Amino acid sequence: MQKLTLGCALIALTTLGLGGGALMAQSPPSAATPAPTTATTPAPTPAPATPAAPPRETVTGDLGAQARTSIVITGFATPDAVATPAGNTSALGIQIADVISADLERSGLYAPLGPGGLRLVPMTEVTAPRFDNWRPTGAESLVQGFVRADAAGNLTVGCYLYDMALGSELARNGFVVQPRDWRRAAHRCADAIYSRLSGEAPFFDSRIAYIAETGPKDARIKRLAIMDSDGANHRFITTGQSLAITPRYSPDYRYIAYVSYLGDRVRVYIYDVEGASQRAVYESSNPTFAPRWSPDGRFLLFSMSVAGNTDIYRIPVEGGTPRRLTDNPGIDVGGSFSPDGTRIVFESDRSGGQQIYVMNADGSSQQRISFGGGRYATPEWSPRGDLIAFTRISGNFRIGVMTPSGGGERLLTDDWQDEAPTWAPNGRLVQFFRTSRGRDGRSQIFQVDLTGVNLRRIPTPVDGSDPAWGPILP
Amino acid sequence: MRNTHKAMLMAFTILAVSGCAGRRAPAELPPVADSGYDANANTGGVANAVVPGSQADFVRSVSSDVIYFDTDRYNIDDIDRAALTSQAEWLRRYPNVRATVEGHADERGTREYNIALGERRANAARNFLISLGVDGARLSVISYGKERPVALGSDESAWAQNRRAVTVTVQ
Repeated sequence: MQKLTLGCALIALTTLGLGGGALMAQSPPSAATPAPTTATTPAPTPAPATPAAPPRETVTGDLGAQARTSIVITGFATPDAVATPAGNTSALGIQIADVISADLERSGLYAPLGPGGLRLVPMTEVTAPRFDNWRPTGAESLVQGFVRADAAGNLTVGCYLYDMALGSELARNGFVVQPRDWRRAAHRCADAIYSRLSGEAPFFDSRIAYIAETGPKDARIKRLAIMDSDGANHRFITTGQSLAITPRYSPDYRYIAYVSYLGDRVRVYIYDVEGASQRAVYESSNPTFAPRWSPDGRFLLFSMSVAGNTDIYRIPVEGGTPRRLTDNPGIDVGGSFSPDGTRIVFESDRSGGQQIYVMNADGSSQQRISFGGGRYATPEWSPRGDLIAFTRISGNFRIGVMTPSGGGERLLTDDWQDEAPTWAPNGRLVQFFRTSRGRDGRSQIFQVDLTGVNLRRIPTPVDGSDPAWGPILP
Repeated sequence: MRNTHKAMLMAFTILAVSGCAGRRAPAELPPVADSGYDANANTGGVANAVVPGSQADFVRSVSSDVIYFDTDRYNIDDIDRAALTSQAEWLRRYPNVRATVEGHADERGTREYNIALGERRANAARNFLISLGVDGARLSVISYGKERPVALGSDESAWAQNRRAVTVTVQ
């Protein structure tokens, strides 16, 4: 079994725009040292003359095409075109810029230009951009960079963000990765650009567990699968012989909790990604489902039906005696921890229909927070702690958000059946699955930001459902 | 003449019963073969012969191996009682046969809630069978939520057919 761990060494994350140009770890910070240590020494980096500008974009309001920040992204240069297991570095330079461009576009905040259709930038220009050359594009920002293969077989990716109006550098980052992890370097670069320009936390360098779907509606094959946040590096995990549903990545990405119908039983399993093995989280003749990790990864919530009545339980991940958190004749199901682990949001039909409730992590102080028309289901607490995402059932199924006290409800989607939101690591976007009406009944994974405007389908090799977004990769 | 009368009366009764049970969609109930198993699978290899105590015998003998539910409901009504009573009679006749009650929900519910709802439905059917003298140790339940519809459409009729509990003998 090949070790899955993705070794992406972040060797330096700049202190953004503080002047002096923080550099990559190999070379100690020095105003005289140009960033990338290459054979051909690039021109000295001009020190930023102005203090950091405040973030220019936040995720509020509608962002039409005109409202997006235009960014020129040139193909990353390479000092030497070298063959690597991931391809030639000159080709990789274009591919890395492509990934960055696609990431920024998908965020909904930016309108990237390039690398396709732009001239190739030589190595010397990476740290000494020709701003006048790009000004006719009208872009506000410029991204350039390089990729270099070293003798040890690693790739070094340098990534630079410039302000076109100021003609100055806003951020620079360097990453050393194994060739097979080149996309992670691109995602890290896109994250740095996104964070610098938006003021938001990063989210591109993360993964998603979901359910891959094939076959007819009445005999659907459902397989556990994983992929990067942009759909790349896709891998099927289960064979599809047993139904697999509702996966959740552990906070450290080592495990996936999910439900399998293995042996014609409904049970929560913890799958060890590296060891490719799994075990039932709790041995019982009763069905267990709806697994959820605590933020520290030490506990799982699951729902269990006893004689037809479903309640929510908490169990240490290594096993043991589950602690019952709800005790109600209604269906209490699901659950999602607040980021600090002190509270849980869950759904219950104790009032007659599905509604959203919060309780303390020990099950005390259960309080209903949803009071709008229709039913509310699948609550998920934002990693930022400020919002609860949910499915609202009122005719159609729509994705919405509200505050943890139930206020400020906003619906983000409007289609026939959108279900089960999962938060991006930075709490600025959600993914969910959209099911089509009728005999095909196909499900696909979508992503929308908190404006509700920027809606994208996430590409998957086959149909997909039950996306579960993990945190920023360690 | 007399027989015709009787048949008409029966037809009227059936119509009346289905008419007052507004939640039903009897006109479009799926044939038995669509219920997820092969009704001829347990005939011991004898073509067209139904072996007593087999799944095929069960399906042929009971008034229905399926009961249906209203949206989000899991109560057992008069029609369900008739079906479950005939199932219980058969199960008492074959005390060595075990059975699984499968609970299902329609697609207009969220996935995990529907698993819980299917559990409720299957347990409601199981409890009724137990109340009629079937040993609970012979009856297991499993919920498929909305994962295994029998009717593929996205309309009230299809959803009514999918909100169900199906009793399947374990051979």
